Amino acid sequence: MSDISWIDPLVAAARPQAVAALLRYFRDLDLAEEAFQDACLRALKNWPQNGPPRDPAAWLIFVGRNAAIDMVRRRSKTAPLPDERVLSDLEDAEAALVERLDGADYRDDILRLLFVCCHPDLPATQQVALALRIVSGLSVKQIARAFLVSESAMEQRITRAKARIAAANVPFETPGPVERAERLGAVAAMVYLVFNEGYSASGGDVAMRIPLCDEAIRQSRLLLRLFPSEPEIMGLTALLLLQHARSRARFDADGAVVLLEDQDRGLWSAKMIAEGLALIDKAMRHGRPGPYQIQAAIAALHDRAARAEDTDWQQIDLLYGALEAMQPSPVITLNRAVAVSKSRGPEAALAMIEPLEPKLSGYFHYFGVKGGLLMQLGRHDEAREAFCRAIALANSPADAAHIRMHLDRLSTPAA
Amino acid sequence: MLYAILCYAQEDAVSSWTKDQDDAVMQRLAVVQEKYARAGKLGPVARLLPTTAATTLRQVRGETLVLDGPFAETKEQLLGFYTVNCDNLEEAVAFARELCAANPSGGGYEIRPVGVLNPVAATL
Repeated sequence: MSDISWIDPLVAAARPQAVAALLRYFRDLDLAEEAFQDACLRALKNWPQNGPPRDPAAWLIFVGRNAAIDMVRRRSKTAPLPDERVLSDLEDAEAALVERLDGADYRDDILRLLFVCCHPDLPATQQVALALRIVSGLSVKQIARAFLVSESAMEQRITRAKARIAAANVPFETPGPVERAERLGAVAAMVYLVFNEGYSASGGDVAMRIPLCDEAIRQSRLLLRLFPSEPEIMGLTALLLLQHARSRARFDADGAVVLLEDQDRGLWSAKMIAEGLALIDKAMRHGRPGPYQIQAAIAALHDRAARAEDTDWQQIDLLYGALEAMQPSPVITLNRAVAVSKSRGPEAALAMIEPLEPKLSGYFHYFGVKGGLLMQLGRHDEAREAFCRAIALANSPADAAHIRMHLDRLSTPAA
Repeated sequence: MLYAILCYAQEDAVSSWTKDQDDAVMQRLAVVQEKYARAGKLGPVARLLPTTAATTLRQVRGETLVLDGPFAETKEQLLGFYTVNCDNLEEAVAFARELCAANPSGGGYEIRPVGVLNPVAATL
């Protein structure tokens, strides 16, 4: 275990708590990050020799705090700061700090750190970039690759986001229950955004996108450890696990999209599915359904079906109905229509989605679904028209290629 | 004498292992386990799902409370464990509730879904 590669997971696991605590000390995101960086460098030197500390987060916070105080002192050279324990006292200090961390409100520290990343002043893409940089510690280069932009453009995006946060002045006082619940809701949405950025594969490097899903799951589990009785956080974690479980089956060797019904279910991760199902089970006991729980339940019905034809579409239709009532949205209705097409046939589904067209006229999936339904009904000319509109709106070459396959199938008999 | 050997580690670090790292550890553990399995000495081996999937029953002033999360108190010690095959969490909670009622110790029961039984055999 002296191998240096074992230090990475320890540092990665400690990062949110450590950066969050350093942010509380210094109230400056850049300084907190720098302090953490510095502590990591020292950990790389120290841990292989002395073995990892009992509580890596406490070690990193303590060492990082001292390093940052040093930095501030060197930069400002103004009034000296109060005496700090020196590094040689580390053992004692660590023990004291651990005690404080255990009992203290580090939960609110971490929530604050996550919350600054999803501040309402920030556009979604900046929220995701910032969360990946600050909470997950991905390098600017890695994030830039995932978003398919240059490193300098991503650097700029993150710098701009940080400036906005500094201007927004998120309070450092312990939040009240209402504020805490609001923060939790915003943070959950941001975690889902990170996941979807990885899951949707809308351009960017596919190899870089799977780690985004892993990061989102890690953040979601972290939230669940901080708020163990929140059924919606159980639902969110379950949803991410149940969707990510299928990731190895979603693309074929050439990178082409494989639809759910055509996927090799043997490639699905039984481990993630088991965890997701256990979490839904747990959430349901609370009897407080919410959008994440319902979406997780839908994902579970897919994951539970040993073969595509075993899928309980009627139940999925009902769950989408419940979701629609909770969060009316044309995209949800569109998803429901897919379930309806399986349980009640394509005609009923088409009737359901046609009124959505004005709202979804710029949405790739709308025309993909519409084309598919028209094709099933034998209305080939209209299907072709819908597929062409879908291709024009496709976000990725893989999506466009998939629709083109349908188009080819339509034109073959006619030719 | 039959022994139970319990595995403790820092969960968030272990769950941050890459798949390759995780597989490598499982392989190394497999070597150890195989030796004892061949000698006919090894019983069931379980890898539990994360503590975020745990549910705990506690006895508080004669009442049984069902709480989310792992058993967190440190003043109690682990005295035993059960494995039980239930259709869902509800059934497992009902079982643990009966155990609570039958047990005047005032302690608690933590319910942890088993991820894989004999995980080493599963990866080989």
